[in-house]
Order: sequence, then structure tokens, then C-alpha cells
Amino acid sequence: MAHRWTNDLTQGDVTPKSAYLNRRQFMAGMAGLGLAALAPKANAATDLTPTDFDVITQYNNFYEFGTGKEDPAKHAHRLTTKPWSIKIDGLVDRPGDYALEDILSKMTIEERIYRFRCVEAWSMVVPWNGFELKDLLDLAGVQSSAKYVAFETLYRPKEMIGQNSPFLDWPYVEGLRLDEANHPLTLMATGIYGKDMPKQNGAPIRLVVPWKYGFKSIKSMVRITLTDKEPPTSWNKSIPGEYGFYSNVNPEVDHPRWSQASERPIGGGFFAKRIPTLMFNGYEKEVASLYEGMDLRKNY
Amino acid sequence: MPMVDTVNTLVRKTPNWLLYLIGAAYPAWLLYAGFTGGLGVDPVKAMEHALGKVGLQVLIAVLLVTPLRRFTKLNFLSWRRALGVIAFFYILLHFLVWMVLDVQILSQVKADLIKRPYIIVGMISLLILLPLAITSNNLSIRKLGPRWRKLHKATYLAVALGGVHYIMQTKGFEYEPYIYLAVVIGLIALRKLPKKRATPQVKRQAA
Repeated sequence: MAHRWTNDLTQGDVTPKSAYLNRRQFMAGMAGLGLAALAPKANAATDLTPTDFDVITQYNNFYEFGTGKEDPAKHAHRLTTKPWSIKIDGLVDRPGDYALEDILSKMTIEERIYRFRCVEAWSMVVPWNGFELKDLLDLAGVQSSAKYVAFETLYRPKEMIGQNSPFLDWPYVEGLRLDEANHPLTLMATGIYGKDMPKQNGAPIRLVVPWKYGFKSIKSMVRITLTDKEPPTSWNKSIPGEYGFYSNVNPEVDHPRWSQASERPIGGGFFAKRIPTLMFNGYEKEVASLYEGMDLRKNY
Repeated sequence: MPMVDTVNTLVRKTPNWLLYLIGAAYPAWLLYAGFTGGLGVDPVKAMEHALGKVGLQVLIAVLLVTPLRRFTKLNFLSWRRALGVIAFFYILLHFLVWMVLDVQILSQVKADLIKRPYIIVGMISLLILLPLAITSNNLSIRKLGPRWRKLHKATYLAVALGGVHYIMQTKGFEYEPYIYLAVVIGLIALRKLPKKRATPQVKRQAA
């Protein structure tokens, strides 16, 4: 069922920047080289910097294609995305390999303009196209004993050359609690800006969980497993003290190595001002109830 | 060894101003590239990381001068001061870009300098380099006498801390930062190693 949720960001938030804005930012930046840059005033929560298509597709953390931000744009062309299917197994009534065309023929694709906040304290605003994960889970029929959903990225080191490095324990795995997975904000994205998903952004289909740090939004997904136990997640396995299972965007809980209170919008050049990070990345109204009574400092 | 002699002559004849000019050209180029899109869509991080990494590389080059003289007779001694001063400025700029363009918020800068181990390690390294940069002139060498050499041995500590700082800020496992630290440790080991072998030479000189 599509259109359960309505955007609060508008098309205006993704319109490519005008030359006017660039010039104004440049001038402000030059003035800001003085003391102003040391103590910027807090920006309003709505003051989001729009993100260009070129920026969204040239600045990616997709370690399957290398550790540099520009590596995915350089190397992702090797990935073949046809044919593509998603194996759905575990606690479901109809396990099996679901061909992507068959899935898409049953879904209504809609546009969702979401804030995207990386755990590294940078952010973008991305106009995704996709459908709700819940609709896919409903296709497979989730059993009542299921409590968690595990996800897996494609493992194909010949095409995903970063997988030849021991940077992470491949394949990349992620997970959500079932209520998080069923939330209407949780999207299976198949495109951005109305175009097919670029390979460096996780073609042909990826998860988008906008109130969590970006690494939860697993790319190039090939498997979904319903379980009754909290599934392992890649970054938690790699550095458990820094990356937890929940990884909700939370300005009050710092990463051990940096503050999460603010973020740098990408695409604004040398003098892009930091903006305050919002609780649950600005989706507090929609998702706070999922975590009622939980210690978010403990469950980071 | 005519090759070695040619190189040594070239090195000796290189005017200092040329080294400083080349040294200054790099951050200037980074700034230009940042404004014209050459550093990608996040020029702040690109510049910050480039200055830190190249600063570390130049510091390692400074430490290479002594073993190169010892083992290959290549003599870059006349470049060492300029390289050291240039490296210091790269590290200082690395810190300033981090503070002014990246973190921006002064209270957050202060908090990071107290709370974040990798930033503390980097900061200690920069603070060690500061008196070394200040005393990189003939007057200081004369005034400090033998203490100058002792003081400037701290370069090893600063560079090692720089290597540790690099490793501490990585996310997953990467080879590159470990290679830097291994090179620094190797250079410290070399410093210790040859002295024993050199003993007969010292005797010969004494006689």
C-alpha cells in the first residue's frame, strides 16, 4: 500500500542550487574566514542545503567498491544488476527467490524526499523513489514468531573489488527490529531523482531508513531473513564500541571519536556551515514511539 | 660513485627559497583545486586529509635524511631544515582546516581536544613540533648548543604520534596507515642499529 506517509520536505529542498546561492555562500564564506567562522550561529532546523544529483552520486560510502568517497563512482560500473532477485527466507510463509521484476510489478513506486545523515557527521537531502519494505514483507508473509529482519548485500568480489580487501567481514549485513522494518518510513529504494538507482548508490535496490545513520541503509540487497533473534550487523561486528544495532540518529549521543550534535551538509563547498543534527534525523514525531522506555545511550 | 656525487651537488646547490616556494605551492594548489571542483564535492575533508597525510610524508622524508647519508652516501642534509619547517606548516594547516572549516563550532573544538583520544594524540604531536619549528634557525642552534640536537630528536616522537593518530581515525581495516607507522618504527630502529657497527669507524677517526 503506497502513500501512507507524506513528505515534509518539498521538491524545493532538492532543486539544484542556483548560481546566486553559490555566490552568496562564497561571499559569506570569505567574510566568515575571520572570527565568524569560529562561532557560527545555530541554524534553524529547516535550513537544509539542497543536494545535487552529481553530489549524491559522487560522494558515497559503499566499501564494496573501495574506501574512498569517490571510489564507488569510479568502480561501481563493473556491477551487473540483471538478473536480480532477493531471497526471502526464515520465518515467512512463502520463502523463495523473488525476481526483482516480479516484485516491482506488484509495487507502486513513489517519491520520498528524506534527510540522509551519515554516522560520519555529514548529510544530504535525497529524493528517493521506491516502495515500503512492509509491502515486500507482506508478499512473503511474515510469521507471528518473527521479531527481527536481517539483510544482506551482494557478495561478488570480481565485480565489487573492495570485497577483496579485509576492510570489513563480507558480505555486508544489516538488520532491523520488525516494527522498524514495518514502519511506513522504511523504504526499499529503486531510484533517485526519478532515475534508476545509480550503481554507486546501491543498484538495483537498497534499503533506506531515514531516522538511522546511513550505514543501516544496506545497498544492493540480495537477501532478507526473518528471525526471532537480533541479527549480527557488519559495523557492530567490526567496531562494537562505536556502532550499535540501533544506530538511530541522536545528537545527544556522541560517537566515541566525534560529536553527533551537528553535521556538515555536503555540496556547499569550502565554507558550508554546519547545521544542528535533529533527534531521529528530524523524524522524531514519526518514530519516537518505537523506542519508548528504551535507554538510547545504551542502545546506540 | 658519480651518480651520488651529482645528486649531492644538485641538492647542495638547491636554493632554500626554491624549497619553500614548492612547499607553499602545494596548499595553494589545494585551495585552488577546492574552489574549482578538483577536490570533489567535499573539499574540506579532502584538504584536511591531504594536508595531514602529506605533512606526515614530508616528516618521514626528514627522518630519512640521516639513514640515507649513512647507507647510501646520498646527502640531503641541506634540505632537512626546509623540509621540517614545511611539514610543520602542513600539519598546522591540517589542524586549522579541521578547526575552522570542519568542526567550526568553538565549543565542539574544545570538547574534541579534551575528549577524543585520536585528536589528543594529533594535538600532542603538533605541540611537540612547535618548539622544533621555532628553533629551526642558525641562532637557535648556536644558542642551544648540544641541547639543540637533543631537542630535535623529538621529531621521532612527533612523527610516531602522527602515525598513531592516522591509524586511530580509520574506520574499518586499511593497510595504508599501518605502513606509515611501520616505516616510522623502522626508521627509529635504524637509528639505534648502525651505531654499534660504526664503532670501528669512530676508532679509526679517533686514531
